Amino acid sequence: MVYLVAVVIAFQMVLMIVAYTVLAERKVLGWIQGRIGPNRVGPWGLLQPFADLLKFIFKEDLVPDKSTKFVYFLAPLVALTCALMPMVVYPFGPTITTINWNFLPWGLGEGITQLPLTIARIDVGVLYVLGITSVGVYGIALAGWSSNSKYSLMGGLRSSAQMISYELAMGASVLGVVMLAGSLDLTQIINAQINSPFRWFIIPQIIGFIVFLIAAFAETNRVPFDLPEAETELVAGFHTEYSALKFALFFMAEYVNMFTVSVMCTVLFLGGWYVPGLEPLARFLGLGEWIHHGTIVYAIISHVAFIGKICLFLFFYIWVRGTLPRFRFDQLMNFGWKFLLPLALLNVILTIVVVYFLNR
Amino acid sequence: MEPSLASYLALSGILFTIGATGVIFKRNAIGMFMCIELMLNAVNLTFVAFSRYYGDVTGQLFVFMVMSVAAAEAAVGLGIIIAFFRNRLSIDVDDASLMKN
Amino acid sequence: MASTVLFYLFAGLAIASGISMVYHKNPLYSAISLIGVFVALSCIYVSLAAPFIAAVQILIYAGAIMVLVVFVIMLLNLDEDKPLNRLRYLYFVGGGLGLILLVQTFFVFYAVMRAPNHPADQTKMVGRTLDLGSAMYSQYLLPVEIVGVLLLMAIIGAVILVRRLSQPQLELVIEHELEQEHRKR
Repeated sequence: MVYLVAVVIAFQMVLMIVAYTVLAERKVLGWIQGRIGPNRVGPWGLLQPFADLLKFIFKEDLVPDKSTKFVYFLAPLVALTCALMPMVVYPFGPTITTINWNFLPWGLGEGITQLPLTIARIDVGVLYVLGITSVGVYGIALAGWSSNSKYSLMGGLRSSAQMISYELAMGASVLGVVMLAGSLDLTQIINAQINSPFRWFIIPQIIGFIVFLIAAFAETNRVPFDLPEAETELVAGFHTEYSALKFALFFMAEYVNMFTVSVMCTVLFLGGWYVPGLEPLARFLGLGEWIHHGTIVYAIISHVAFIGKICLFLFFYIWVRGTLPRFRFDQLMNFGWKFLLPLALLNVILTIVVVYFLNR
Repeated sequence: MEPSLASYLALSGILFTIGATGVIFKRNAIGMFMCIELMLNAVNLTFVAFSRYYGDVTGQLFVFMVMSVAAAEAAVGLGIIIAFFRNRLSIDVDDASLMKN
Repeated sequence: MASTVLFYLFAGLAIASGISMVYHKNPLYSAISLIGVFVALSCIYVSLAAPFIAAVQILIYAGAIMVLVVFVIMLLNLDEDKPLNRLRYLYFVGGGLGLILLVQTFFVFYAVMRAPNHPADQTKMVGRTLDLGSAMYSQYLLPVEIVGVLLLMAIIGAVILVRRLSQPQLELVIEHELEQEHRKR
């Protein structure tokens, strides 16, 4: 029962962040390009996502005549489901231990001594996220094929080939972090970062961080790797033949993928919710009783820091979109297989050597 | 009825049966390949069930080996299918009868 | 209670997807059904306290092998399966084999149910990454190394098998495609 409430809250949070990422992208792209983004609907355009949602619901729903109906309807569902599923392993904040939960009505609070801010603590969290993003490729491949149109098929196949190529580099770059942390569990990785002398794994794993970031751009089909869906190249790639609500599902799936990858980057390399120096600062200011690991104020501050780091990565995505040109497809595949994957493997070998000699 | 070892073995046997009949019924090579994968998965389930009920990690380790072998077999098998298709432009396995008679 | 319901749910899903895979003549629908089988089996592995194997099953089978199969189906643009006209005896062979295997399955089920009850030791965890990893690199190092060499062999083999089409083969393919288009008109 508690899990259901937690899932609903997390789902709501993810959707809100994704909706406002869409708005933020349009506004930030506008500022980069020297214009103001949408600002008509609500102050500073803050109600724009709701206007967009209404537009998508009321648009005419075209279904191509010769398409394979079942697969055509299945593809956006697969894409969105696989984008949202990793949500259950994210560590949204530290465990809260210092509150007596008996004030909750209906006896909900009895027997609870700690409230972890993760929905499910899976032993193989990193593999789970990587596996679900691998299955997300099907949404795109099936969409491209079932639309029965040349542009869709080409876009779908290219996009899928790109995604499966860069998955390898992403997985290999995560290996270094997993070796330093000694576990595949995301909560355990954050604990390892708290206990390590470097505080955040970005410092010893800077090569892994760069590889992961570049592979993440390719995984989510964002600039500079968005040839399969660029408007000037293939009309709109694999989602050419989709309109109204099904297109909205693909659109949302792309932004939720961005969110997923930003969360992984934050948890693996930037310490997740951990703010180094918060506890010593609180102790210095005499607030040590209110702000230590386990209090609710610490949890709130850590959670806000976590969201801040994610927003930093989302802003970086939008910034790169406004700045860089896009790769040609063969350049993209060359880069993924012949440069990025060897670099990630080099990072793994270096990490192995250093860890071995440090543990002697 | 609480799922005991017998239930998992029965499920594995049923999946293996479905895969075996599928190999005989299917005409194209990719369909046969997929039925073989189903049989391998049924055997994986048996291994994992035994590993759980005897507390031994060997079962799960063997599942890992089977998965790696299946991945290698997929790569080479699909390569053979593509090469076959290039020459005769259909992968109906009854057409692969050059050595007959 | 919950574990019973979940087991029957995922077992039912696996069997239904398996039958769907054998039934469909369109290879893409078979592939999608097989992915359904893999996902259902992964959930069963989780209930058998093998989280690493479950995650690896999704990652390798559903996420890599089936992507390869779906790619090949899309690239080769495969038609539906033709019905078995000349080879009707295959239906009987398949039916007979299936029947024999089902009988064997039920015999095994009956025998194991009658065997001395061996409940799972709920406290002993052997499915975690740590357990599997330490077994892999201490006691079972040789199989792991052999699998590494096997995968290398597979990579080299696959690369050699799909080198570029030579000019006469290209002409053959183009001719065949034009003929199919002409026939469809």
